[in-house]
Amino acid sequence: MVATKEMKRIVIEPVTRVEGHGKVTILMDENHQVQQARLHIVEFRGFERFIQGRPFWELPVAVQRLCGICPVSHHLCAAKAVDRLVGGENLTPTAEKMRRLMHYGQFFQSHSLHFFHLCSPDLLFGFDADPKIRNVFGVAAKYPDLAKQAVLMRKFGQEVIKATAGKKIHGTGAIPGGINKNLSLEERDFLLKDIDQMIQWARDSVKIAKDYTLEHLEVATQFAAFDSNHVGLVQPDGAWEIYDGGLRALDKDGNTIFDHMDNQKYLDFIAEEVRPWSYMKFPFIKSIGPEDGWYRVGPLARINVCDSMPTPEAEAARKEFKALTEDKPNNLTLAYHWARLIETLASAEHMRELLNDPDLQGDDLVVKGEGRREAVAILEAPRGTLFHHYKIDENDQVVMANLIVSTTSNNEPMNRAVQHVAANHLSGKAEITEGMLNHVEVAIRAYDPCLSCATHALGQMPLVVELVDCEGNMIDRKVKE
Amino acid sequence: MGAAAVSVLLIGYGNPGRLDDGLGPALADAIAALNLPHVTVESDYQLQPEDAAQIACHDVVIFADADIKCAEPFRFERIEPKRQTSFSSHSTSPEALLALAHDAFGASTPGYVLGIRGRKFDEFGEGLSAAAQANLDAASRFLLPLLKTRRFDTLTTQSGAGSPCATPS
Repeated sequence: MVATKEMKRIVIEPVTRVEGHGKVTILMDENHQVQQARLHIVEFRGFERFIQGRPFWELPVAVQRLCGICPVSHHLCAAKAVDRLVGGENLTPTAEKMRRLMHYGQFFQSHSLHFFHLCSPDLLFGFDADPKIRNVFGVAAKYPDLAKQAVLMRKFGQEVIKATAGKKIHGTGAIPGGINKNLSLEERDFLLKDIDQMIQWARDSVKIAKDYTLEHLEVATQFAAFDSNHVGLVQPDGAWEIYDGGLRALDKDGNTIFDHMDNQKYLDFIAEEVRPWSYMKFPFIKSIGPEDGWYRVGPLARINVCDSMPTPEAEAARKEFKALTEDKPNNLTLAYHWARLIETLASAEHMRELLNDPDLQGDDLVVKGEGRREAVAILEAPRGTLFHHYKIDENDQVVMANLIVSTTSNNEPMNRAVQHVAANHLSGKAEITEGMLNHVEVAIRAYDPCLSCATHALGQMPLVVELVDCEGNMIDRKVKE
Repeated sequence: MGAAAVSVLLIGYGNPGRLDDGLGPALADAIAALNLPHVTVESDYQLQPEDAAQIACHDVVIFADADIKCAEPFRFERIEPKRQTSFSSHSTSPEALLALAHDAFGASTPGYVLGIRGRKFDEFGEGLSAAAQANLDAASRFLLPLLKTRRFDTLTTQSGAGSPCATPS
């Protein structure tokens, strides 16, 4: 769309309470009707190029520099690919369970951080509430136990990562064909003493999200609610899976688009479209095409595509969730929160199960086999499906890398959410308030995007909202510290 | 408060893959190697929300970070809690962590920032510039006696309820 003289442009930059930097632009005509709304990713990553020429065994450590938020996802996904490069993909029980424990720890801390620190202020105080209280400190003031619980849930997940990966951030636990340590009895006992408390808090968190959704059903069914396809990993029996398994895609009604495709041939199923206004690509299901083949990933998609949860309490929670849509996929953006906390509970239950498994004290840590020159790995990161694809040469150096990160898959859904909210909450309004703009951010936050991961950025900026006409004249400007 | 009763948390943070941005972790590594009694050392890329729990378990916290504009060789300043509107794990300030430690755990831990002047940040790579290394040495010489005596000017810390303090021995 070409901006005309009469149109005005609203910029939200950066989007706040998300990981990384993004920008939203909203183009309004002379009648204050939204004509266009977009989420832009304004940083360039280029990570696929940085790692070309590096020896492949560095990948599990190197690629997690993509992000300080979900480095475990990149660490494990690269490790799974490297396992195939050394022919060591059939891990020993100790190695696979250590990696899974690491992954559940990451899900637990990441989902807790997102819900309590980034999203709960909107849900507890309202999308339009005074921004001075609509933040984690406002939550701490009014709900101190919740704030303490949030910090300690995050801390527990980080301790699990430290015990399995060696460090809380950018660990080195996963190595080609296995793991470099087991879990000591001391580490096990340290984690076991708090696990029941973590499960209780996760249980309570599911209730908070469920109650919120059911009590605000009218809002939830209208706020950035739109049909989509859904993609996620599942186990061979269709159960929820985040570490391994087969990829499943369902349409908005729950019909299968593909199921358990060969992960090594992901490019037969998934393609990416480039658009000139964003550094982030737009993935789509190849058989449907870019127009209608875009899809959601992450907690909502995973709960939608799986047939069951592998742990009892999470399965009971999933059934309640699915009952809302009579077992069809849930297409409500705000339902991401409920789904995310069901996964938090599942992760906690899995951790308790693994901490009581003596395989974690085993000494058989690494396997090797026939090497390969190309490998693909697919894993579920907290934010959604993650693809790593590498080719190496005869000198074991990386010659090609392709990464499709979770936030990239959610690019089109997030843009649709922004358009939906802008059209419904900003159109026709002569004056745009901070609360109205926060509605746009609430929709983006539900997807828990890691914009640094989808690109790469570090730092901090204030929120600046500028209202500019098509000739560049500033009409209004608001700054949030 | 006497030194024997004082516990100190030193958090050195920054990205060692961005040259002088690794000043904080470099200081943390150097101090950790000394195994000083009653001094807990953390080294990280970024400040994290759960650092608030650690802060609540100590009498004093020192945030060591690379500084892009302070006078050579370093600055050492007392800071006060300050609530942030936007709080994410990519961008958490020391002041916000003090506020979170207070609001979530009832702790009023005094905080200090040790900003060590760096010179080279705009390239990828590990290792400190010569100027940054000299500043790090100066900061270490300043900090070490303080950590050994642990005699800070105001040490009225109150940890709140809850048990955020356990770590594997």
